[in-house]
Amino acid sequence: MPILTGLAWLLLCQSAGEVLVRLGGWPLPGPVVGMLILLFALRLEVVRSPVGAVADALLAHLSLLFVPVGVGVMTHVGLLSAYGLRMLVVIVLSTWIGLIVTALMLRWFLRREAPTGPQS
Amino acid sequence: MQDFVQLWVYLSTTPLFGLTATIVTYVLAQASYQRLGQAPWANPVLWTVLVLAVLLTLSGTPYPRYFSGAQFIHFLLGPAVVALAWPLWQRRSELRRRAVAIALAGLVGGAAAGASAVAIGWALGLPEELLRSLAPKSVTAPVAMGIAEQIGGIPALAAVFAVLTGLVGAISGKYLFDAIGGLSMQARGFALGTASHGIGAARALQVNADAGAYAGLALGVQVVLAALLMPLVARWF
Repeated sequence: MPILTGLAWLLLCQSAGEVLVRLGGWPLPGPVVGMLILLFALRLEVVRSPVGAVADALLAHLSLLFVPVGVGVMTHVGLLSAYGLRMLVVIVLSTWIGLIVTALMLRWFLRREAPTGPQS
Repeated sequence: MQDFVQLWVYLSTTPLFGLTATIVTYVLAQASYQRLGQAPWANPVLWTVLVLAVLLTLSGTPYPRYFSGAQFIHFLLGPAVVALAWPLWQRRSELRRRAVAIALAGLVGGAAAGASAVAIGWALGLPEELLRSLAPKSVTAPVAMGIAEQIGGIPALAAVFAVLTGLVGAISGKYLFDAIGGLSMQARGFALGTASHGIGAARALQVNADAGAYAGLALGVQVVLAALLMPLVARWF
């Protein structure tokens, strides 16, 4: 039952997000606004405990949720054969750049914050 | 034999087929991943996608028919994005204390990933609609689709790029971080969540709790930053 109640809260927040985005014409995806709404709603105990249970379950299997979209690669065979290698180069290089820049930035900030703290 | 063929024709056209194939393949891929000591190259998403794509191609099943079943899993991406509020809430004191570091590292790292993708793609002569679909690739797939739609890309392609980006990070991140050296679990996790969203975060979560927490944090921060800023930046181009 807490799982169902939690799912109900998630869906309500997502729906509220979709409604606000449509009504306000905001350039934001509905679920993102739903997430911000939930972030405020989590102050309430009635929301917190059921959402915690379902969120942990859902996020533990987050990678499964990408499979249907991932299989969609097969529908873009034309584009892939024309630009496949170049797109792969772009994706690999830019992901590495993103990873390196982010990791070094955060390391720099955390070291500045605690210059004597242990680094593991 | 005739009966068997009819049975297969029936089964392969119901949504049951896509849903069952997805979950069974994923469970098997996950079990192999565990058995192989969670080796990065054994990534369960990568192998599930490959096995299903081969299976659909060999059996001549069109993607829309597969998706009629798989959409039930796909739908959960929306609630999963909403659920990201939970790890953010759990670490709210840390978020507040390190707000500047987290926001700046997320902003600069995310911008570096998106801008380098567009720049390298442009240098390699990719057409504009591909570039616009590449820009949001570091953000989790459902949000990347929404952003691509806003900035004139192809949503389905943006989602595929996002999944590939997640896989690249989850598979190569460990080696890259080891090569740089001196990176804490927090920095590793945060980088994975920023540059390779949910698939990178799933990997971080399996390796280390600290890394997983920071990856979840980065994922949520990146979703908000990218969704807010990317459509604004795209207007200049």
